[in-house]
Amino acid sequence: MTTTRASVISAIALTGALALTACGSDNNAGPAGSGGSSAAGAADCPSGTIKAEGSSAQKNAIEAAIKSFQTKCASATVNYNPSGSGAGIKNFNAGQVDFAGSDSALKDEEAKAAQTQCGAPAWNLPMVTGPIAIAYNVKGVSKLILNAEVAAKIFAGSITVWNDPAIAALNPGATLPATPIKVYFRSDESGTTENFTKYLKAAAGSAATIEPAKKWGGTVGEGKEKSAGVASAVKGQDGGVTYVEWSYATQNGLGMAAINTGSGAVELTGASVGRMIETAKQKGSGNDLSLTLDYATKEPGAYPINLVTYEIVCSKYQDAAKGKAVKAFLKHFVSSDVQKSLEQAGYAPLPASVATKVAAAIDAIG
Amino acid sequence: MTTSTGATLVDEPAPQPDGAAPRTGGRAAPGRLGDLLFGGAAKGAGIVVVAIVTLVGVFLVSQAIPALTKNQASFLTSREWSVGGDAPRFGILELLWTTVSASIIAMLLALPIGVCVALFITEYAPRWLARPAANLVDLLAAVPSIVYGLWGLIVFRPVIAPLEQWLTDTLGWIPLFRPTGITGGTIFFIGIVLAIMILPIVTAISREVFAQTPTPHKEGALALGATKWEMIRTAVLPFGKPGVISAAMLALGRALGETIAVTFIVSTLARGTDWTWSLFNGGETFASRIANNAAEFDSPQKAGAFIAAGLVLFVLTFVVNAIARIVIERRKAFTE
Repeated sequence: MTTTRASVISAIALTGALALTACGSDNNAGPAGSGGSSAAGAADCPSGTIKAEGSSAQKNAIEAAIKSFQTKCASATVNYNPSGSGAGIKNFNAGQVDFAGSDSALKDEEAKAAQTQCGAPAWNLPMVTGPIAIAYNVKGVSKLILNAEVAAKIFAGSITVWNDPAIAALNPGATLPATPIKVYFRSDESGTTENFTKYLKAAAGSAATIEPAKKWGGTVGEGKEKSAGVASAVKGQDGGVTYVEWSYATQNGLGMAAINTGSGAVELTGASVGRMIETAKQKGSGNDLSLTLDYATKEPGAYPINLVTYEIVCSKYQDAAKGKAVKAFLKHFVSSDVQKSLEQAGYAPLPASVATKVAAAIDAIG
Repeated sequence: MTTSTGATLVDEPAPQPDGAAPRTGGRAAPGRLGDLLFGGAAKGAGIVVVAIVTLVGVFLVSQAIPALTKNQASFLTSREWSVGGDAPRFGILELLWTTVSASIIAMLLALPIGVCVALFITEYAPRWLARPAANLVDLLAAVPSIVYGLWGLIVFRPVIAPLEQWLTDTLGWIPLFRPTGITGGTIFFIGIVLAIMILPIVTAISREVFAQTPTPHKEGALALGATKWEMIRTAVLPFGKPGVISAAMLALGRALGETIAVTFIVSTLARGTDWTWSLFNGGETFASRIANNAAEFDSPQKAGAFIAAGLVLFVLTFVVNAIARIVIERRKAFTE
């Protein structure tokens, strides 16, 4: 592993480096490293290497955060290996990586293993929210409203044309063509598929016939490789529809269905996603901030189809310098500037109320 | 071990110059050390290749066996593919069909065209054209396969779509051309893209072999009153046949194993889609399914199932190559 003692010393040399605005205002007097003395700036800008692994859904977000972090702290290196949530948790629990990225919070037995490894409970910190768009390409239809039930029926293949009465009923006044619906799904295993099917299951009730899983379980349509594959397939096919991360839908200029949750149609925007996260219930206790998303929410203005990815950290790191480095990076990640910048990468920023809680939890890491 | 051309095949590294050089006391003879070094290097290279292929085989088998023993479905005849959990069920039937049928389409297209291109370059083209034309074809081999994937999906697909439409409309009563709901990467389309990808292999090797045809053969045929086509048929083609077969096998190997372009283009089928012989159906090849799911190999069992599929591809390629070698050897026995 890394030689952390040397890194603390060299970090002091970097006090000149700009501290983050968000971090700088906080009193960040964590337990001092082995040197016993540590300047405030050095605490914000550690040196050394942080190793992290996990969810590929947050890959672009964490890469953007790493890039800006390393611009600020040239001495620090953060390596994120997007090998999948399962692999990330496995290696975190084996002590191979310093924190894990995961699409879902730790399960009970995973949490137990993590506690053994950390010597203290592990926390789930929500960090990145990735909204999933129902993206479509239907000539002449620039605005489309769906609800969970109709979406479930489209993806299950029981609604087969775009001018189906069920769709027309949700879109009064719109002229829908009789184009056949072509469903595209992810041919690889993906957290996006899992969350989308979870949403359908939770919000559409009995209309949802597809079992939530990483591998698409539907019986119609054709599979395409990764998000780029489904997005470009829809782009090239009149009548095509798919579920895909926000960024892919916007970059390909696809139409995105607004979701009628029961209290009006909600467009996919940063604000509507934030609203959804705000209404999520905290499942964990104290600083364990795992959330329960209510996919069936009727909250006005909340866009329901979201994926929240967590950073899974030890609440106390046995290697204090390592803990400090993880803290510094995560504080940077949760800062409002970085969160806002994620919107370019197709993620929605954490709403302020959640971000504050996450920041407080990061401060509490020992 | 495969050789690229039948014509230039060297049977074994022969470090010892025959008879002429003294067998003993050669220390004084110049070139003895060179012979020793070169012979050793050649032998070493040969052994390394054999060892690598063997080790790959051993690795595949050892990784695949644990998953295969757990498999609840028939590995060779099942169409299911669920590799996780305690009772995995997976079979390769669909993968085998897609891989083989797409490769056959590719070969049917690329082989005649490639041989014709090679004949044109060696026999028909004027000197000023032959070289640039050959280089252009070779350039096709330098295009990265992801580019073929992108180009195929975005540019080439709309060109082929009407052809597919026409085929299904007019020949739809034949099971092979039965229409399906697939809009994007059909087996037929993948075959065409693969054909373009393997064309330079067929052309380059055939060209080299045809160019080796002894001039006396050709002049003899012409002197006997053969037309140009008859000369090609009686002198050039028989001489080049082992080389063309070698080229075809190398090309087939590429087509069977092509990964990125296929993964990019292919339309996978939804679970429980009815079996069809149609070439206008989607599907996944061995390589594309492995590549597509490589990110999710989170347990040895999952990885083992995919490695088992890889093993089948390995064996398939091996068998095809072995057949080719046998054909070439027999061919040689006749001609010599």
